[in-house]
Amino acid sequence: MTTYVPDIEKAPEAGSRKEPSYLDVTKGFWSWAGTLDHKRIGLMYLVGVTAAFLCGGILALLIRLHLWTPDGAIFENAVYNQVFTLHGVFMVFIFIIPAIPASLGNFVLPLMLGAPDVALPRLNLASFYLWLTGTIMAIYSILSGAVDTGWTFYTPYSLQTQQAVVSMGLAVFTLGFSSIFTGLNFIVTIHKMRARGQTWFKLPLFCWAIYATSVLQVLATPVLGITVLLLAFEHLYHIGIFDPAHGGDPVLFQHFFWFYSHPAVYIMILPAMGVISEVVTVHSRKPLFGYKLLAFSSISIAVISFLVWGHHMFTSGESEFVMLAFSFLTMLVAIPTAIKEFSWVATIWGGSVALTAPMLYAIAFLIIFAIGGLTGVFLGTLSVDIHLHDTYFVVAHFHAVMMGSTALAFFAGVHHWWPKMFGRMYNETLAKISAILILVGFNVTFLPQFAMGSQGMPRRYATYIPEWQIYHQWSTVGAVILGIGFALMLGYLIHSLFAGRKAAANEWGGVTMDWESPTPPNLYNFDEEPVVTGELYDYGHGAKH
Amino acid sequence: MGHSTIVTPTPQGGFQTHTVAHHFKTAEQEFQSAKLAFWLFLATEVMLFGGLFAAYIYYHDVYPETFQKGGALLDWKLGALNTGLLLTSSWTMAMGVRASQLSQRKQLVWWLVATVVCAAGFMVVKYIEYSTKYHHGIFAFTGLFSPDDHYAPDLQGLAYPQLYFNLYFTMTGIHGLHVLIGMIAIAWLIWRGAQGRFHSGWYTPVELVGLYWHVVDLIWIFLFPLLYLVP
Ligand SMILES: [Cu+2]
Repeated sequence: MTTYVPDIEKAPEAGSRKEPSYLDVTKGFWSWAGTLDHKRIGLMYLVGVTAAFLCGGILALLIRLHLWTPDGAIFENAVYNQVFTLHGVFMVFIFIIPAIPASLGNFVLPLMLGAPDVALPRLNLASFYLWLTGTIMAIYSILSGAVDTGWTFYTPYSLQTQQAVVSMGLAVFTLGFSSIFTGLNFIVTIHKMRARGQTWFKLPLFCWAIYATSVLQVLATPVLGITVLLLAFEHLYHIGIFDPAHGGDPVLFQHFFWFYSHPAVYIMILPAMGVISEVVTVHSRKPLFGYKLLAFSSISIAVISFLVWGHHMFTSGESEFVMLAFSFLTMLVAIPTAIKEFSWVATIWGGSVALTAPMLYAIAFLIIFAIGGLTGVFLGTLSVDIHLHDTYFVVAHFHAVMMGSTALAFFAGVHHWWPKMFGRMYNETLAKISAILILVGFNVTFLPQFAMGSQGMPRRYATYIPEWQIYHQWSTVGAVILGIGFALMLGYLIHSLFAGRKAAANEWGGVTMDWESPTPPNLYNFDEEPVVTGELYDYGHGAKH
Repeated sequence: MGHSTIVTPTPQGGFQTHTVAHHFKTAEQEFQSAKLAFWLFLATEVMLFGGLFAAYIYYHDVYPETFQKGGALLDWKLGALNTGLLLTSSWTMAMGVRASQLSQRKQLVWWLVATVVCAAGFMVVKYIEYSTKYHHGIFAFTGLFSPDDHYAPDLQGLAYPQLYFNLYFTMTGIHGLHVLIGMIAIAWLIWRGAQGRFHSGWYTPVELVGLYWHVVDLIWIFLFPLLYLVP
């Protein structure tokens, strides 16, 4: 067993490339703002979603600091409601849904297919500007009278509170169409833009994950669109569809909302699983264990995810039969999910594992995702959920899945493809320190939340009884550790752009086509049109495509 | 990489050539990609209307009498007329697509004009229906809903009659918006078609607008019985 050592000597000199890289080929503001290049659009998304993560993260820190004392240390109660709503909207709609597909997916997917671009470059740019418009509308809603409904906009409260719910709803509508355009584009790209010889079962698993994600984006998001549109109509004109005062049924809103927002959880986690598959195989130098199982588990998760939305509503008055069905179907999701977790661990087992920064992030993902996945089974269990509904246990569970898993996978991917994107390497020692800080910080933040949630601490409360102070204080300490970890990451990543060492042509020794292009890639990616002949994930004897 | 292919029509006279976008290898790949993308877009439309249909069916179940009496106030003859208009326009649209595939410039333009005329007829009928309701105090949204007793005596004492009409206005309104957007798209096709932009070598926009038009038609095929006949 040998460990791969990147051949830094062979890193191409600026003069030795056949064509200038996509970063150098044109300069100036409009060469970016009007670009149709999937890599530049991916980078614009990367900057955008990172900024959103920063805003959402600062709000999270404020929330945690506020909860240092039982009476609340910072905000008035009403302001607290607005702060956690903004945190939710930023993190869910603006950061995490576009995070992996629109930034990493945009950059990597065409490279993995050996294609010069996505199938619909104009739609791709349109998607970015829709995202930007939606984000600006969301910020406008904040300034014009902050929304205080939580990110779920439940009726009837959302109909009684401020008018800004309307513009926030339209912001979500716009962000939804941005997401639909990305998904639609990627489905077409995977169908129509694959390299010669690249059959479906020679697709890297990241592509399978993106494909499953895209199907969800295309089919589930329109329902969210019509829901927030009707919510806006209801708020403006009292059409009566969700408002009990006019004959409407607020539970119908919940059905509509979760019909999208449960699959949305998989819009977040499926691409994260794809990233982890790629990182784990490259940094263990071993083909993925159970390739077809991993591919089909992505598809089956996508299918089942359409049938489980009712598990968010066990306390909203569903019939017993419906609850049992939703509970059973929810449990079913655990099967393909566990298959994935075992496949990754089996891939690492016996591989020549390099504990690089991306790998550390991936390992942190595996640990936290196990926690998030298992606690999901608790919540899918009817009797347990009645007890845990709307407590910090739920908060800790979905943060384990969204923040501890999806966001960590996003950062694993950012570290993994960073040298390919910019041709520069960050300081690996600092990167490893930040990965460990984040893993520790996450658990210090959320393990106490699991504990106090199981004792009944309700979510979204600005104050609490003194018995829980110790848990809240530990949680706040953890959040500060997380904050330090992320600040460090932002620091060394930006530093690397200016002063990082030149990356090797193939920094990690990856064998999928994304590593075959020049580093950074050309405007149209490859020097010559790639043709796939060999096996996928073949690390032996350098025999590949 | 990065190259361009130019497609010329078979009978060359009076037609414009088409340049395949740089990232596609062949015109066929470009056409198939556009078509798949458009099918996916249509799937989002179906899901969007699916939400509205689900809400309608649910409330029909909750307030059966309201929906029955409310539906009786719609004029099924006008609805049937509109169904006929849209079905006819779907046929003329299909003929237009065929004309573009065969590089028949004049026929293409006339079939498309016929389609727009049918669509405009649909909108006129819709306008008549809406304004009749409006004059009798049945109007969507706001608190202005006060149906006059001579016109709608049956609505007296019913639970939430405005809910039925708001669903009716929302569903047909969003559908009508789609018809309008389709008319604009077809008008654009007429303009470009007259210039010879579409021919056997490249007729992608005609094909796509055609698909869109059929789906708009199809949604109406579901709306008509649901709103006018079932109650
Ligand atoms: Cu769920």
